[in-house]
Amino acid sequence: MTGLTPVILASTGSPAATHQGAWWMALIPFLPLLSCVLCGLVACVRPIRSTKLPAWITVVSLGVSFALMLATYGQQREGWASGASVTTAWEWIHLSWGHEPGQTLIANFGFYMDGLSGLWMLFVTGLGTLIALYASEYMAHDKGLGYCRFFAAFSLFVFSMACLVMGDNLILLYLGWEGVGLCSYLLIGYFYKKPSAVAAAKKAFIMNRIGDLGLALGVMLTFFHFGTVQYAELFPLVQPHIDSLKAGRVEDIPLLVQAIPVLLMIGAFGKSAQLPLYVWLPDAMEGPTPVSALIHAATMVTAGVYLIARTMPLFLVSEWALPVVAWVGALTALLAATIGMAQFDIKRIMAYSTVSQLGYMFAGLAFLSSTGAAFHVFTHAFFKATLFLCCGAVMHGFAGQLDLRRLSGVMFMRGWLIVGVAMLVGCLNLSGFPFTAGFFSKDMILAEAFVTPGYQLLGWILILTAGLTAYYTFRVFFRVFVGPRLFEPGDEVHADDDHGHADHAHDGHAPAGDGHSAEPPTPQPHDADHSFHPHPPGWAINTVLALLAVLSLAAAGAYFIEQDRHGWVGSMVHDSTAAQVSIGEGEHAVHAAAFRHDLTHEEHAHATLLGMNPHDVMYFVSAIVGVIGILIAAALHGPKGIGGLMIGSRTEAARSRADELLPRLGPIPRWAQHKWFVDEFYEFLIRRPLYVASCIFHLIDALLVDGLVNLFGWLPRRMGKSARRAQSGVLHQYAGQMAGGLVIVLFIVLLLTA
Amino acid sequence: MSELVLLAQSGFPAPMGGLTLAHYLFVSAAMFVLGVIGFLTRRNLIIMFLCTEMMFQAAGLALIAFSRFWLNQTGQTFVIFVITIAAAEAALALALVVLLFRKRESLSADEWSEMSG
Repeated sequence: MTGLTPVILASTGSPAATHQGAWWMALIPFLPLLSCVLCGLVACVRPIRSTKLPAWITVVSLGVSFALMLATYGQQREGWASGASVTTAWEWIHLSWGHEPGQTLIANFGFYMDGLSGLWMLFVTGLGTLIALYASEYMAHDKGLGYCRFFAAFSLFVFSMACLVMGDNLILLYLGWEGVGLCSYLLIGYFYKKPSAVAAAKKAFIMNRIGDLGLALGVMLTFFHFGTVQYAELFPLVQPHIDSLKAGRVEDIPLLVQAIPVLLMIGAFGKSAQLPLYVWLPDAMEGPTPVSALIHAATMVTAGVYLIARTMPLFLVSEWALPVVAWVGALTALLAATIGMAQFDIKRIMAYSTVSQLGYMFAGLAFLSSTGAAFHVFTHAFFKATLFLCCGAVMHGFAGQLDLRRLSGVMFMRGWLIVGVAMLVGCLNLSGFPFTAGFFSKDMILAEAFVTPGYQLLGWILILTAGLTAYYTFRVFFRVFVGPRLFEPGDEVHADDDHGHADHAHDGHAPAGDGHSAEPPTPQPHDADHSFHPHPPGWAINTVLALLAVLSLAAAGAYFIEQDRHGWVGSMVHDSTAAQVSIGEGEHAVHAAAFRHDLTHEEHAHATLLGMNPHDVMYFVSAIVGVIGILIAAALHGPKGIGGLMIGSRTEAARSRADELLPRLGPIPRWAQHKWFVDEFYEFLIRRPLYVASCIFHLIDALLVDGLVNLFGWLPRRMGKSARRAQSGVLHQYAGQMAGGLVIVLFIVLLLTA
Repeated sequence: MSELVLLAQSGFPAPMGGLTLAHYLFVSAAMFVLGVIGFLTRRNLIIMFLCTEMMFQAAGLALIAFSRFWLNQTGQTFVIFVITIAAAEAALALALVVLLFRKRESLSADEWSEMSG
């Protein structure tokens, strides 16, 4: 194992040169778009509308996209080392208002393929295919127009994501960015007859708008200052600024340039659900589960990570942009993990864990470990998709039941073994159990925290979070999947409602709304005598879950390929614009100087933790922390016997040992369960003042603006009313008036000429 | 030349003696004022129409007098047009009056006062 140290490679390491890509690379995004159109057309044809055709169209087109992506990878992988391959589908925006540099805006529908976008596209299209297959069964009870709508939006999402990731300029990235936001809105609000789903969709969209404003301003500022939005031209222009920061001449860098990363960061925080803007993601779980898995766990939410990794050179020009990212990431990770510990809705727990893991990725980016972040994105995509799809299978089978107090021993029911095993694999990955993929990727980030000067505290926060993650992950597993076989079906019956989940109580709160201190609900075990039978997942769901479980384990293998370049992901990231920052050896001082820490080469090279190489130590530390978390979960929530690792004592679904312990912690668990009142805080701090302000503006509008407008309408009418009496309709009066007027005119003329 | 002009301006043919432009204009003005008074005081549509015709002719007379005074044919030409138009207009107006009469069995202008504001 080589000692890994962060380093900014010399500017020559940044592959700015590009070469022509194959024409069929453009098909990767456009096949999903075609599929979207076809799904829309299917909805117009009555005889085939209520078949599974839209699902198969989507699966096939996404599958072909994935195959093309593999072909691209096979054909161009070698070339990425020397620069990205670009395929321009057509000239899109070409505005010119002068001949000076910076007076031409060029943004083509061009697709930029290098290690970073290749990595992203591989899992976007690959996971997209699998999840579409899963959804073909999951959404089957909704066949008809809803089914077409679902798959059309699903395909459109993949198209937008491909534009975001493969765009060769910031404007195409922005198009994709808005596109995925739109699809996210459409799919969260899929059950549009359910008010909570509509509210969640609006919340997600509006929260994202706040971030998107930052991104839009960042893109504009980039063009304003650098005169180009195309990656190939942009990054070489940034290099002089990075060099002056390295040389310590911060005052040489225009303030404008330093503002760009801050604005881009806001966009990334919105899309990737980071601290000030994370509250939309847990609510987004109102959407159908495959959507939660694909968009809100595996792909779309990593767009922020992609953005920062892609524009890493822009982030390096500011000495405090990355530290802000680091703190936001680490605090988000901790906060979301604490909330996740206290929730009862298993899908919501997974949502908070997604927020938390995204925090890790941001912290990883900020520790100048794009590789660590990208690797965590990669492994997380697989295991989080697995976890979500398992939760979805449970929800599907138990009529929408997601409360972990109302389910127990699911894994041992007939037909649920694959789901249980896949869940176990996902949980092990998420909690960083030794030698799983999640273990390696999390370690890479954690170790970077300790070798990066000034980030030790964040490292400890992230380690604590790793322990909490292991706890809440296995809390779900021990409560729901092992133990006595008990369940209470949800209130959602597929046969007779038009929108499946319409009445499903999705809220993570206990019905009493008061959490641990209150009496947990008393479950009535539903056995064979009851009319409800859980229906175990069919072949599509099982196949997908098995494949995903295998893949999320196999993702660990990526760590061992190309070890000299820090894993397969490392080598991919290395061949991209994010390579400015990568893990390598030597040249440590460059990194240190970049952030004006007065470390010498020697000091940084020997940055240690407990006197050993941080990466080696971290394997042990994080493994121990993870296992401790799992053991605590087993002790508190595990069932009696081997299922609870012999230390659990739970005998019923609703109660576990934790219920006796929690009241001793005072109000803290209750606060955590209420998400630390962040939503209420926003309500109080932002929504209320906005509401009051809008009332005031409404009054101003109604009185002042409308008043003025009405005045201008009222005046002529009033004048007309008084003047209309002259119009009597009597002919002689008119004649008299005319004659009188004539006399007056004559008189005046006479006076003037006399 | 100047004699001819003086001759013309003093009124031609000469035997008419002291008839000058002022006389013509006086007649014209008197006709016009009579027309106006008639128009304002009478209620009968046909009479009112005749009064407008009289005002017309008063204007025409003034035009001819000026034309003669300035030895310029334009005024007279213009009057010929006016007479033509007036003839057409009289035909039309009388037809309208007949129609109006048929509606109300009355020629009084006061019958038609709906178009009030």
